[in-house]
Amino acid sequence: MRLKTLFFLLIVRPLLLLFGGIRTEGIERLPHRGPAILVANHNSHLDTLALMSLFPAATLPRVRPVAARDYFYATPLRRFVSERLVGILPLERRGVKKRGGHHPLDPLAEALDRGEILIIYPEGSRGEPGELRPFKSGFAHLAKMRSNVPVIPVEIKGTDRALPKDEALWVPFIIDIHIGEACYYNGTVREFTRRVERFFKAPSDGS
Amino acid sequence: MNRVVLTGGLILTLLSLATLILKIMRRRSGLPYRELGARIHSWWVMAGLFLALILSGRAGAVGLFALVSYLAVKEYFTMIPIRRVDRRIIFWAYLAIPLQYWWAYEGWYGMFIIWIPVYLFLLLPFRQILTGQTRGFLESTGKVQWGMMLFVFSVSHLAFLYGLPEVQGHSGVEMLLYLVVLTELNDIYQYLFGKSLGRRPIAPAISPGKTREGFLGALAATTLTAAALRYLTPFSVPQALAAGAVIATAGFVGDLVVSMIKRDVGIKDSGDLIPGHGGILDRIDSLTYTAPLFFHGVYYLFY
Repeated sequence: MRLKTLFFLLIVRPLLLLFGGIRTEGIERLPHRGPAILVANHNSHLDTLALMSLFPAATLPRVRPVAARDYFYATPLRRFVSERLVGILPLERRGVKKRGGHHPLDPLAEALDRGEILIIYPEGSRGEPGELRPFKSGFAHLAKMRSNVPVIPVEIKGTDRALPKDEALWVPFIIDIHIGEACYYNGTVREFTRRVERFFKAPSDGS
Repeated sequence: MNRVVLTGGLILTLLSLATLILKIMRRRSGLPYRELGARIHSWWVMAGLFLALILSGRAGAVGLFALVSYLAVKEYFTMIPIRRVDRRIIFWAYLAIPLQYWWAYEGWYGMFIIWIPVYLFLLLPFRQILTGQTRGFLESTGKVQWGMMLFVFSVSHLAFLYGLPEVQGHSGVEMLLYLVVLTELNDIYQYLFGKSLGRRPIAPAISPGKTREGFLGALAATTLTAAALRYLTPFSVPQALAAGAVIATAGFVGDLVVSMIKRDVGIKDSGDLIPGHGGILDRIDSLTYTAPLFFHGVYYLFY
């Protein structure tokens, strides 16, 4: 069994069970097979762990959160956790603009071609607690490149209380994860970005 | 102990009866009764866990109540609006839970009874001073204290009750069982009387489902059941009747108080931990009032 799977089964899931507790809505819409693009809001490092912990062990190796290489590979420890335990798909943020004819999203499209499930945070990075920053359109460009791949919006709440940005103390709060209906790219990149973004702005149904 | 096992058997028989009735209702009407089915199924799980752990001994019982408190107060902290700095005082509030249950386990009454309403309540404002955030101080301190009062302090009385020494041949376990069974039965009686006879709402602004008929029917039924289960307690008949009436009334109030909290923050169910019931708060709401009142009644009369 891979280190990543063990990490989630033996460490992440028990910790989340004890100190968090995840309530889900629409868990049946979580894809068990790739390719798929999960688009989520981002307030905490717990977002990735909580969302990934919902996947069955067999799917886990194929779930790849897309994250900035310059931050997550910056120190050996961070790199070990990011690469081996979480299995991120490192994204080059700087100086990649059409370098040598490569599109910066090519590695992501290739991952989708391999049947992987990508987690993308279009807010760019973790925002202030509870605040939704305007979505960047990267995921929509990717969806346009692979328009047969479903895009699934995932709203995560509670992680901003449990472990907000710039805090090291994890305080137990319940984490709510709401998985939306899959949609496919159409229209323009701008329109598609707004359409997905609307899911996160809709008032939740109070459950 | 035999009386505990006997009562446990009684509960399981009642549950079997409920399951049987559900099956008959399903067959007759062809309807799935999904909500009711989930409710009864959850009762099986809760009753099974509760009985197994109180029979397993002191550590199991106290551990169960500590876990219930923790899960309940976590639901509470998740649903109330807080400031970011409140994470700090909430963290300290969580740390107080294992200690509160440790005092209950040890049977250290003096510490048990003041740990939350004195020491923790004085500590939290002190921790607020360190954050230096004056705006919202009173509100957030009050919110955290009130949650700890209801879901930790009140509920921990169950654990202390468990450890009370025998009085007239009756152990704390028996009295704990008496209290919990009556509180939960009162909830069920309210539901049954409310569904069948309920007409006039009793607190429409807080909980539209609650009716006078439901409350009064449950009051009568719980009082009679209290007399019937008297064999678990050192009570005389009038004492048992009084205990039943207090549990019925206090349970009703506790239920409404938790409804009031949920109304205030604008949600209906506090969670989905217990299928058919809602969150854990929705299940223990009545106990937050019945546990301390019953405990102190017993403590005053017999200790």
